[in-house]
Amino acid sequence: MNVRYLPYLLILPVTLFLCLFFIYPFVLVSQQAFSGPEGPTLEHFREVVSYWKFPISLQNTLLLAAVVVPIQLALSLLMATMVSRMGKGRDLVLYVWTIPLGISDLAAGIIWLAIFEQSGFLNSMLYGIGAVSEPVNFLSYQNPAIVFLAIVLAEVWRATAIMLVILVAGIGLIPKEYYEAAEVFGASPWKRFVKITLPLLRPSLQTALVLRVILAFEVFAVVAALGGTLFPVLMSETYAYQFDLLNSNAAAAMALIILGISIVSTIVILRALRVPKGARV
Amino acid sequence: MTAVDVAAPAQASTVKTGRFVYIASVFLLCAWVLVPLYFLLINTLSSPEAVTSFPKSFVPEFNLGSLEFFWNFSGILNAIKNSVIVAVLTMIISIAVGAPAGYALSRFDFRGRELFRLLILLTRAFPLPLLALPRAVMFIRSGLDDTVFGLALVHATLAIPFAVLITFSLFSGIPLELEEAAWTLGCDRLTAFRKVVLPLILPGITASAIFAFVISWNEVFAAAVLTIENRTLTAFLLASLAESPLYLKFAGGFILVVPALIFIFAVRKYLFAMWGIANR
Amino acid sequence: MTYSRTLTGAVAGLALLMTGTVVSAETLFWSTQARPAEERQAMRDGVLDKFGSEVDYQPNENGPWLTRLQAELKANDGTIGLLGGLHGELAALSADDLVDLDTLGLSADSGTFNELAKLGAENMQYIPWMQASYIMAANKKALEHLPEGADINALTYDQLIEWAANVHEAEGRPKFGFPAGPKGLKHRFFQGYLYPSYTDGVVRTFASDKAVTAWEKFRELWEHTNPASTNFSFLQEQLLSEDVWIAFDHTSRLAQAFNERPDDFVAFPAPAGPEGRGFMPVLAGIAIPRTAPDMDAAKSLVAYLLEPETQIATLKATNFFPVVAVELPDDLPPAVKASGEAIAKMSSAPDANPGLLPAGLGDMGGDFNRVFVDTFERIVLAGQPIERVLEDQKRRLATIMERSGAPCWAPDAPSDGPCPVE
Repeated sequence: MNVRYLPYLLILPVTLFLCLFFIYPFVLVSQQAFSGPEGPTLEHFREVVSYWKFPISLQNTLLLAAVVVPIQLALSLLMATMVSRMGKGRDLVLYVWTIPLGISDLAAGIIWLAIFEQSGFLNSMLYGIGAVSEPVNFLSYQNPAIVFLAIVLAEVWRATAIMLVILVAGIGLIPKEYYEAAEVFGASPWKRFVKITLPLLRPSLQTALVLRVILAFEVFAVVAALGGTLFPVLMSETYAYQFDLLNSNAAAAMALIILGISIVSTIVILRALRVPKGARV
Repeated sequence: MTAVDVAAPAQASTVKTGRFVYIASVFLLCAWVLVPLYFLLINTLSSPEAVTSFPKSFVPEFNLGSLEFFWNFSGILNAIKNSVIVAVLTMIISIAVGAPAGYALSRFDFRGRELFRLLILLTRAFPLPLLALPRAVMFIRSGLDDTVFGLALVHATLAIPFAVLITFSLFSGIPLELEEAAWTLGCDRLTAFRKVVLPLILPGITASAIFAFVISWNEVFAAAVLTIENRTLTAFLLASLAESPLYLKFAGGFILVVPALIFIFAVRKYLFAMWGIANR
Repeated sequence: MTYSRTLTGAVAGLALLMTGTVVSAETLFWSTQARPAEERQAMRDGVLDKFGSEVDYQPNENGPWLTRLQAELKANDGTIGLLGGLHGELAALSADDLVDLDTLGLSADSGTFNELAKLGAENMQYIPWMQASYIMAANKKALEHLPEGADINALTYDQLIEWAANVHEAEGRPKFGFPAGPKGLKHRFFQGYLYPSYTDGVVRTFASDKAVTAWEKFRELWEHTNPASTNFSFLQEQLLSEDVWIAFDHTSRLAQAFNERPDDFVAFPAPAGPEGRGFMPVLAGIAIPRTAPDMDAAKSLVAYLLEPETQIATLKATNFFPVVAVELPDDLPPAVKASGEAIAKMSSAPDANPGLLPAGLGDMGGDFNRVFVDTFERIVLAGQPIERVLEDQKRRLATIMERSGAPCWAPDAPSDGPCPVE
């Protein structure tokens, strides 16, 4: 068969599949963002952007992503390199570290609320060791910083595993010989990490980052559980438009804004971590 | 730890400290993951009074009341069955459809490649609950409504970006020379793929399969809208969890977590047995 | 009473006769109510199991509930037989999509409820199903801190604030609880309690001087409110964990506290302001979508649900009270007894100032609620000046009233045309 057509043949199933189950409903929904009683309009975008909570929720979403994703990246890199040098017990450790993968965001919200709430586990612990004389209110509107910290912790706990799995698989593909050669030349572990692991891991890093960033913009359930009404994010506003205000035009406009932010950050990451041409035909 | 063998004796003590720090951090990170789950377990196995008490006990009292409630919940077994079927179907569909595209992306520089990648990513960047309405209309009209297969199609849409991108990055990590060497040795493209590339990327495929499974297992909204008789466990439990009394909330959360953990545990053997090959 | 019972029985019997041979599939009861796991189980085992044929009771969050319904309406092909929802949720649907239910001859005892159920159309679009209200609840430990001379069953807002302050001082931390969480029903407190008690109105008086006083008072109360209230949506949890000693919430969202530890808590009426003791009902209704696969089965299920025995069973299962006259038995759960008495005291109080559910807002009900929630968040949480916020929100409210064309409802004075914001 002609090799020129092979790639198209290979992507045909996905394309057809996504056209039917994603593009088609997506087009129907996005139309609503622009449709008004008198033809196409940007009124819905103006409406959602001018709402007083919009700047707050935009800021919260971006801030959360900007804090959570780098922590997760560092943590998952650390975990992945640790696992790669591990002999005994590696299966078990990796299993434990990937556990949060199986936990839905709703369940994660329930778990972390049980920790941080006033009569929760953290307070029980502090009270038990005598650090506090009465339970502290961590999740109150008076300490937005603690609320933010709690959300960051819960998000790091819940969603680091997804990057870890991708990175571990990627590191497994780096030929051992490189490391052996580096050791012969006396390169320190840090040097080996910077000079071998990081560059060769670029494709996996790229994937892990892009996916994680996109999902970070859609964060919702954990934030709602811990932040309550104190920490509005773009996604919670979108749901409010769709299901509380029954304004699907505005909801579609919000969703397109989230999409736009995702596209921009995806392109930035793809550019920054360009995969060298050599890996392809 | 080959580093130990080549280290000079003077460095032995630093190596020892390093090793201690290393092991300590492994344990710390394990605890970081496990302790919150342990809290969930405590609350699941506590009586309703203990769940709301303060200060909390850090030892479970093995009260099975909350779990029993769900055990007797009508239709729960059927819901578990549906969840498993949907998740497995999702795995199969997303890998079968996604992996070839991942290969194409990594090996060919075709026109529209970047656009295609963006399209794949787009799929994850749009909130699913908004898309549920047109999808549901489509499904009702086509008869896919309230079938496990229909739901698996929607879940596969969510899982495919993962399948494509993970397999893409894995294929990219495999030097093309390996394949070319096989071609020069007389293998055709397909044989070279099967004999050389496939064993290398099986761990990655398993990883994306795990993703597919977990995504499907935990998805609530589409499941709640698109299934009626064939409810999945998540739609069945999670939809009402947020409003249930605390002790049931925790028990319900626990019931949802356990099967996913068992699944990851089961494929873990397979996933990491492949490791030896990948590292050779 | 007996007349309506024989009638419903006859309707049900007739419907069964007509459809008995055809219907084998179960009726899908698609509801937003009785979502908590135990209530759902109780609906299935205690209420719907005695209906002649199979009913599949499926409670859902608003999102999936509405999405599924819209999809079926759009596709003109349905599986949902019966809809259950709050007045506001049903009011957001188009009257064309609901089957007129007058022919069933069923109605609630309250004429107001029956009028609401028409959703502004000629005929009944839904049938009132069950009702509840919002009340106060307190841990008995808080009672010793009641201000001197205060009667817990006739509290004023000033006394409540003083009480909360006393508890705050004695315990060292604020113990009043308010459902300001994401799923909390805070807006109903403002619409049905605070505003009527202080301004004798909701819409007309939204930005009046009296409203400024009301918000000042609420700010005072907030001083003694558990600051984690922005996470609270079901005060029964905080009452049980004793993070909160005094609470305001929906009766069914307090029920678990009374059922689990009936001796530890008291229920009592909402407080009164200068304009009386404002309070508001919660009304849930049942409706049949035009796409219902089996109209007759759905109609006979409606009739069944309105029977007195079913209404009592529903009360036990969900803590929602009957809408038809029934003889309440003695073996009711503690929560039902406690909240029933509090509601009775509240409605028979000499200064009672009952408000109605917002009517005529159609699908703008959510926007209407948002005005009050935003006002709360800006004044109380963000600490913005009251007058400025009210001036600001007033414009939004006026737009909503004009667009929906909703006339005033009690306690606002009646209006011709849309209710004006003065």
